[in-house]
Amino acid sequence: MHFGPHLLLAALEGLVTSAVLALTALGLSLVFGVMRVVNVAHGEFFMLGAVLAWAISTAISGHPALGFLAALVLAPLIVGAIALVAERLVLRRLNYNPEATIVATIGMLYIIQQLALTFYGPEARPVEPPFSYRILLPWFGYSGYKLSIIAASALLLVATWLVLTHTKIGLVMRATQYDSETAQAFGIPVDRVYAGVFALGAMLAAVAAVLIVPISQAHYLMGQDPLLLSFIVVIIGGLGSLRGTLVAAVLIGLSDGIISVFFSPTLAKIIATLLVAMVLVFRPQGLFGTASR
Amino acid sequence: MADKNGFFDLSKTNLTRRTALKGLAAGAGLAVAPGFVRYSQAQSSAPIKIGFQSHRTGIGAAYGRWYEKTTAAAIKAINDAGGINGRPVEVIIEDDGTDPGRGAEVVGKFATQHKTDIVFGTLFSHVVIGSAPAAGEAKMPYFVVSEGHHVASTKLNRYVFQPGITDVKSQIQSMAPWIAANAGKKVTQIFPDFAFGYDHRDYLPPALKAQGAEVIAQIAIPPTESSFTKYFPQIPAETEVIYHVMVGPAVLTFVKELGEFYGSNRPQLFGFIDSLEATDINSPGLEFLDGSHFWEGSPRYAQPDDSAAQKAYRAAVGIDDNGAAVGDPKDVSTAAHMFGCWETLYVVKKAMEDAGYKGPEDRAKLVEATEALTEFAEGPEHPQGPKTFNGKIHQCFGIQNISKVEGGRLNVVHKTKIEDGLYEPEGDYTTQPL
Repeated sequence: MHFGPHLLLAALEGLVTSAVLALTALGLSLVFGVMRVVNVAHGEFFMLGAVLAWAISTAISGHPALGFLAALVLAPLIVGAIALVAERLVLRRLNYNPEATIVATIGMLYIIQQLALTFYGPEARPVEPPFSYRILLPWFGYSGYKLSIIAASALLLVATWLVLTHTKIGLVMRATQYDSETAQAFGIPVDRVYAGVFALGAMLAAVAAVLIVPISQAHYLMGQDPLLLSFIVVIIGGLGSLRGTLVAAVLIGLSDGIISVFFSPTLAKIIATLLVAMVLVFRPQGLFGTASR
Repeated sequence: MADKNGFFDLSKTNLTRRTALKGLAAGAGLAVAPGFVRYSQAQSSAPIKIGFQSHRTGIGAAYGRWYEKTTAAAIKAINDAGGINGRPVEVIIEDDGTDPGRGAEVVGKFATQHKTDIVFGTLFSHVVIGSAPAAGEAKMPYFVVSEGHHVASTKLNRYVFQPGITDVKSQIQSMAPWIAANAGKKVTQIFPDFAFGYDHRDYLPPALKAQGAEVIAQIAIPPTESSFTKYFPQIPAETEVIYHVMVGPAVLTFVKELGEFYGSNRPQLFGFIDSLEATDINSPGLEFLDGSHFWEGSPRYAQPDDSAAQKAYRAAVGIDDNGAAVGDPKDVSTAAHMFGCWETLYVVKKAMEDAGYKGPEDRAKLVEATEALTEFAEGPEHPQGPKTFNGKIHQCFGIQNISKVEGGRLNVVHKTKIEDGLYEPEGDYTTQPL
């Protein structure tokens, strides 16, 4: 294949990765930014989203788009509810202590993963895409659905940004992130904000998973990759910075796509990890993060 | 899984410690148990214990589940017929997480804690290779159902056997003439980037060359990869046949993305069914596979010429004519491989009877009795077909099936002969000390 089409394919693949990664990492970043909780179980909420998408779309007969749309709405809601329960039962009782919550979310990771293995099983199960239009380029074919993931993800990111910057809920969240004690003093129910943010973070991961599951089946171990990549993105972009997360996701996604097409996927992972090390050494707060107060 | 550096893999330290504690507690419990000595004296009537190293979790989990079902069915059949040497057979299952490190631990656990008579059942080649030294060290007969060439290469040790499924080198050699004659001469290989894939990488080119065909590109893909389109530009345009063998949970994605990339204008496809094992070939997105060919160890779909033994085996394991679990058509089996569990257990039975096996002190005799076996006749104990066994390289050789995807099922279009897959032994395990 010639250089031009080769690069185009690499960029398309990279953009799909970026789109999903941006949503997942944004969830992780929000939870850390507002709650100062490093949620190691984030990848499992992603997995739950995919597994639920399979369950919902299989339960609904008729055109595949119906099942998929139902999954797109219901799966994140259910995952959000599960995250809410986890937050109430575990994180709140630990007073959101940073060290304790890391250990607790590791525990949640294993509990969710093993429950999925027990009730869903070890198989990778497919979800039918809502439409299967194949875009025929002169050099190769490309899935139309994959392109729609990029659009859907962009829409969701814009929506999240609007919520955070233009609504009262967003204002309250940002206030809590800026200084939770002062926010509490001003009558903001910090406790409820935490619960909401944790649920929202999990929902973002779940919605990313529902988008990706028609092109990569639901499997109980699928949460590990996104977790690692999300951490890379969040560290590079700066924990808690929405803009940084977005830029880093596009950067990592595109470089992953291009490097793995032209060289090898292993090299792409090596470079991403090296980048994390460089950022941690030279700019520990991340590219767009602000130094902690 | 991409966490190759182990940054987040806290399971390792966690579980090792737990396993170690369990082992300590169990060891202490055994030492002080008053009945311990008496039990070993009454061994002749105690069950024969088979340690089953199962891929219950990890990328091999779908195989592990069906290996367990097949094993349970075989053990039931053996016990119903009076067990081995008049003793019932008991299977003890430990999960190896499809991980070589844990595989070796599990073998150690069988040897020291469960004190099983043998260890059995491993599929994934990196787990076999990782566990074999532990089996050799414990002088524990280790019967694998892996299909990799590592046992027959004589690079492992005298305690490792593969008597129930043909190895990849032999499979490739017996099918290469068919590929060159029917599919095409210019072949691009796509294989997983670990031991099992390397068998394909190393043995296909010479086998095809002997038939006047050639491998023009080899593409290795990490077994935990979840997206594949990025590899496809490496497939040269002049490719006539794509030879694919993929494993792990993302196999369906692999085949689907291949379909999106090529559409109907594709080269011929020849795949190992590993690329779609435990996956319904009628899944959405797989339509483009119609007309392509697959290797199958044992056919997934019931064939018109199935023997009575094959039918009885399918009924005992509980798979229907489409190779799915009876009562759950979505639960597709790993039919092409799991027959090896059934057949291996009958080889173990035969060898234990030949050796007059009484207990772990007879393990060396069991090894020698297994090495003395030469052939297995087709029948209820070997429903996949007849096999020969080479005791020097601990490997059996059987027939292979080439199946075509037609009308939403796999129909066998060619069966190889045992002689097609025989090769010069690369060594001799029997010269190693016991």
